[in-house]
Amino acid sequence: MSEAVAGAAPRTLLDKIWDAHVVVTEPGCPSVLYVDLHLVHEVTSPQAFSGLRARGIGVRRPDRTLATMDHITPTRGGLATLDAESMKMVAALERGAAEFGIPLYRLGERGNGIVHVMGPELGATRPGMTIVCGDSHTSTHGAFGALAFGIGTSEVEHVLATQCLLQRKPKAFEVRVDGRLAPGVSGKDLILAVIAKLGIGGGTGSVFEFRGEAISALSMEARMTVCNMSIEAGARAGLIAPDAKTWEFLRGRPLAPKGEEFEAMVAAGSDLKSDEGATFEGGSIVLDGWTIAPMITWGTNPGMGMAIDASVPDPATMADPGAKAMAEKALKYMGFEGGQPLLGKAIDVVFIGSCTNSRLSDLQAAADIVRGKKVADGVRMLVVPGSVNIKREAEALGLDRIFMDAGAEWRDAGCSMCIAMNGDLVPPGQLAVSTSNRNFEGRQGPGSRTLLASPATAAASAVRGAVADPREVA
Amino acid sequence: MSEREKFGEVLSHAVPLAVDNIDTDQIIPARFLRVTHKDGLAEVVFSDWRKDPDFVLNRPTSAGAKILVAGDNFGCGSSREHAPWALVAWGFRVVVSTRFADIFRNNALKNGLLPVQVEAKVVQKMLAAIADDPTTVFEVDLQRQVLVMPTGEPVRFPIDAFSKKCLLEGVDELGYLLGHEAAIAAFEARRGEAQPAGASG
Ligand code: SF4
Repeated sequence: MSEAVAGAAPRTLLDKIWDAHVVVTEPGCPSVLYVDLHLVHEVTSPQAFSGLRARGIGVRRPDRTLATMDHITPTRGGLATLDAESMKMVAALERGAAEFGIPLYRLGERGNGIVHVMGPELGATRPGMTIVCGDSHTSTHGAFGALAFGIGTSEVEHVLATQCLLQRKPKAFEVRVDGRLAPGVSGKDLILAVIAKLGIGGGTGSVFEFRGEAISALSMEARMTVCNMSIEAGARAGLIAPDAKTWEFLRGRPLAPKGEEFEAMVAAGSDLKSDEGATFEGGSIVLDGWTIAPMITWGTNPGMGMAIDASVPDPATMADPGAKAMAEKALKYMGFEGGQPLLGKAIDVVFIGSCTNSRLSDLQAAADIVRGKKVADGVRMLVVPGSVNIKREAEALGLDRIFMDAGAEWRDAGCSMCIAMNGDLVPPGQLAVSTSNRNFEGRQGPGSRTLLASPATAAASAVRGAVADPREVA
Repeated sequence: MSEREKFGEVLSHAVPLAVDNIDTDQIIPARFLRVTHKDGLAEVVFSDWRKDPDFVLNRPTSAGAKILVAGDNFGCGSSREHAPWALVAWGFRVVVSTRFADIFRNNALKNGLLPVQVEAKVVQKMLAAIADDPTTVFEVDLQRQVLVMPTGEPVRFPIDAFSKKCLLEGVDELGYLLGHEAAIAAFEARRGEAQPAGASG
């Protein structure tokens, strides 16, 4: 780690990680940026493996690469239930991993799970690293003070071949949340409030650095939820400087360094923070944690969010023609009227899961609300842990029983209804409260309508059979 | 493929799709990502929106168009490179918008799809001209970095020098990276594994 040089300009956390990973920058060219950890899954890798074969080259650092299967895998019945098309994708990953020597966590194996749940859980995600994956929610890993961002399949091929990427440096953007979150308000509500404020393109070209008292007070799991959705405001990545909680989370994880090596990592990590006086070129916003309420989305992108007890905005009152057209289109798709409240609105499906909210504390928050109650008649509730390990831990705590006694379905780990390419989906026209990260048209299945919310809000809504405020159900 | 196709001048009519924040789930829904190759994606581009017979891509006037004129913040959401693959498979070579999502821009440039970022009033002018006559032809000249309006008015658009060179000369980015093998090896040696180590710890 670089020592602060007397008189040197103060640097942001982004600057420090970036500077430490630039291999070379030729004039007029983007930088060659070194990648410490490359995560691979079955949907965005097959064409990259084919590309390597076509060139006759291998994977430069299989020891810096980890693969999982999560997107198209079923959450019940295992791989035997896959259709031929999906099986081909799994086979392509198996073949690529075997051929190039990449460690692969197969479905149902210990360590397997949603790619952004797995990395931190194994201790593969660590402060100061650069981490990439052919998946936009790679931003999740920024919760550990790693520069982590999503890439396309061509870039997956580049990293497999060279362990490097051609990148232009993004701008650091400060998102400061002062104060504390009120009781009943979670990390998910915080990030939905940030996205509602900035809009879904507000962070384009930037990397968010989340700071402030409310961020420090969050658990590592909640920090992952916050960084996970940075991309939903258009930012490539989210960053949170590591602190004692970060190191405690990592200590003893299977792939984390051990003993003296671990202590050396902690010591080196003390510089992993933005210097006093560093400038955030991308911009800066400040929120007051106390004023954030449980949030819910009303439209067809994650920026269309509001406090759960607010009313859906009325396009008729919007001055900006673009915003007005967007809102009208969204409300038409959702079947909502401008000005209507969502509290009490009948729902069909509740989904607890995804790389945003499928960790143990998420499942606990939902179980706390569901315990001893029943999922309302006519509502289907699906609970999908983020990894095989989380599933086992939850079962050891009896959470599976709480959900099943309430009438919810308890599934195997995977992306499930977040992306609806694995058999789990919201039927056309049905309204779902989901803890996932995208409410785009058709995201949870053709014609599906999605309200994004926290695990507590989703669970409260399952019990009520309608959109509910978790502060009133718990 | 070590040599990419070079990007020539584009002279074409354009498809108007004046919707803001078009995300990659709309460009290609996830259920069509279950492919291990890049073929057949032309049929599924904007698949859900195409169910509406009046959707612009279904109109005969859109046939053969190489330019898509879109609303603000095009290509947000999922990192799926299938989105530019599908747009290119349909026949598009240029997307015009007031803003592009970062990952989409990167993915597009690697696939011979040029993101042309212009001010809102230029998009408005293009849409008006297309509304007037859907066969209106626009020219995109990457060498000069201009979009030429039907009136002959040139509108300059930004593109970084490296991406421009890659498109114009068919430079292969992976080839460029592989060319830095010695520097990468030196970097690894210099850092040792004392830095935060990789997956195998
Ligand atoms: S859970 Fe959803 S957002 Fe996360 S990696 Fe899977 S598909 Fe992507």
